[in-house]
Amino acid sequence: MKQKLLDLLKSKEHLFEKGGSLEKFHALYEAPFTFLFTPAERTRTASHVRDGADLKRVMITVWFATLPAMIFGMYAVGYQANATMAAMGLTAAEGWRGAIVAALAGFDPGNIWHCLLHGAMYFLPIYLVTLIVGGNLEALFAIVRGHEITEGFLVTSILFSLILPPTIPLWQVALGIAFGVVVGKEVFGGVGKNFLNPALVGRAFLFFAYPAQMSGDAVWVAVDGATRATPLAIAAQGGVPALHDAGVTWLDAFLGFIPGSIGETSTLLILAGAGLLILTRIGSWRIMAGVFTGMVVISTLFNLIGSDTNPMFAMPWYWHLVLGGFAYGMVFMATDPVSAAMTEAGRFWYGVLIGVMVMLVRVVNPAFPEGMMLAILFGNVFAPLIDYFVTQANIRRRKRRLSLAGAGQ
Amino acid sequence: MAESPKKILFGPIFDNNPIALQILGICSALAVTGQMNTALVMAAALTAVTAFSNLGVSLIRNHIPSSIRIIVQMTIIASLVIVVDQILRAFAYGLSKQLSVFVGLIITNCIVMGRTEAFAMKNPPGLSFLDGIGNGLGYSFILVSLSVVRELLGSGSLLGHKLLIPVTDGGWYVPNGLMLMPPSAFFLIGFIIWALRTAKPEQVEHEEFHVITNEEAAEYDLPLAA
Repeated sequence: MKQKLLDLLKSKEHLFEKGGSLEKFHALYEAPFTFLFTPAERTRTASHVRDGADLKRVMITVWFATLPAMIFGMYAVGYQANATMAAMGLTAAEGWRGAIVAALAGFDPGNIWHCLLHGAMYFLPIYLVTLIVGGNLEALFAIVRGHEITEGFLVTSILFSLILPPTIPLWQVALGIAFGVVVGKEVFGGVGKNFLNPALVGRAFLFFAYPAQMSGDAVWVAVDGATRATPLAIAAQGGVPALHDAGVTWLDAFLGFIPGSIGETSTLLILAGAGLLILTRIGSWRIMAGVFTGMVVISTLFNLIGSDTNPMFAMPWYWHLVLGGFAYGMVFMATDPVSAAMTEAGRFWYGVLIGVMVMLVRVVNPAFPEGMMLAILFGNVFAPLIDYFVTQANIRRRKRRLSLAGAGQ
Repeated sequence: MAESPKKILFGPIFDNNPIALQILGICSALAVTGQMNTALVMAAALTAVTAFSNLGVSLIRNHIPSSIRIIVQMTIIASLVIVVDQILRAFAYGLSKQLSVFVGLIITNCIVMGRTEAFAMKNPPGLSFLDGIGNGLGYSFILVSLSVVRELLGSGSLLGHKLLIPVTDGGWYVPNGLMLMPPSAFFLIGFIIWALRTAKPEQVEHEEFHVITNEEAAEYDLPLAA
């Protein structure tokens, strides 16, 4: 069976080779072929690490690491919607989503299946649109530019879908991923050459272009006519006491029973994903540690300074950890190996920079309750500079060692 | 050396665009292109200043001592900018309010200085005048393109006429807030440069180096890595 498939693919290969009639579409042949089989070609140039984990396996591991957050995210979206409907006294949702959920299940907030299905009705269309639009653009660039379709998009697409609010219109999803893939990645030459995280570029585009749908002050529960502020927006108004007044406990926020973007709510499951990434050495623990350290230090500093007018100054670090996109950004976004710093020491300081920036944006800037996205993009921009300083410091150290050795003779 | 007047006049639009190829005058291109009317006025103002400052400098180019030539050029440019500013205030007060400091800042626009220094100092008045108009046209082309996209997508209108009715007025169009912010012009200029260099590959800079490919390595018969 497998041999037959290989023979079939091989028999068509000449069509896509140089001079073949379908030469232009080589990328479309290469992508499924390398997905199914390991190619026999080996690199002849430059230094090359040989390892059991190739790009494909790395990307699929990242995808698996997001799986707990993704599944819980669907449940959480459904739970928030069903709970809100119960509170409003609604028994049926409008539209095609409501019809499907009503046919297969119901709207009971206590029923896991009901919540999961209701949430899936919101998440799956978003993911599907992301895959179709982004995947086609990826293939288009691969054909025109003559490079290969890479698995990087698999990760970009899931990361992008999970940082969107559930209520976002699907055409905005399409615009966002198109901008992310084209401006965030392809204009620089494709996977590996982008200096910004494409998923975040897409979200930043939506954030600035359509703030009404993205700002999260009042629209992130998937029920028509229902408005609930995200906990971070509540905290920006009144700090931790306001959160308690709104009935948000720390444990709720840690486990994920709060409204928010689809994948960002459950800090616990995101940390589970972090465990997998660190265990497989795909995500850099130095970056995560750096982001965490920067956040803890600066938020504690703000706690000590204190402020009469800005309640965010008093918010302790363990609340910052569980609210908004902090945990998600720290684990999945900041660790993107392409746009992060490349040197090991640089990775830690790159993380610290992000942690510090996110606190500055969240606490000091009243215009943005959430700062994770902007902080990571800021970190991306500075990553090459950080690497430069790290390598220069290394060169200086070695020169000094050399001169010391010379003096000793 | 001597180029045809036609090339001097129209070359800067696509072949040697001051914004897209020389990357000059970006600041005003970001600042005034949120609406089409301000972009049009700015384009006209800059074209006039560039053309007449080129003419003025070229007329006296053989009498300017080289050591103070920049000061002389600046004096001519500054006088022209003040004239343009006064005309705008007299006849289009509202627009000149909207443009605020950016009319005055034409003085520091690199395109104007660049053309007087690079072209008008070495060429006769007629050609210099054409060169000023041409570079003004190149600048105008970018400004008008940017403002059309930004006003249409950002506010749904062109020159103030509503074409795409926004949802807030009962229409279907959701205005793109990013387009109202100056940074969006960066992206759009980038797209224009991308389009121009795709159409005219000779504008692409040479790569400083490139990573050797497998095929090239095979040609040189390099050994397999590791």
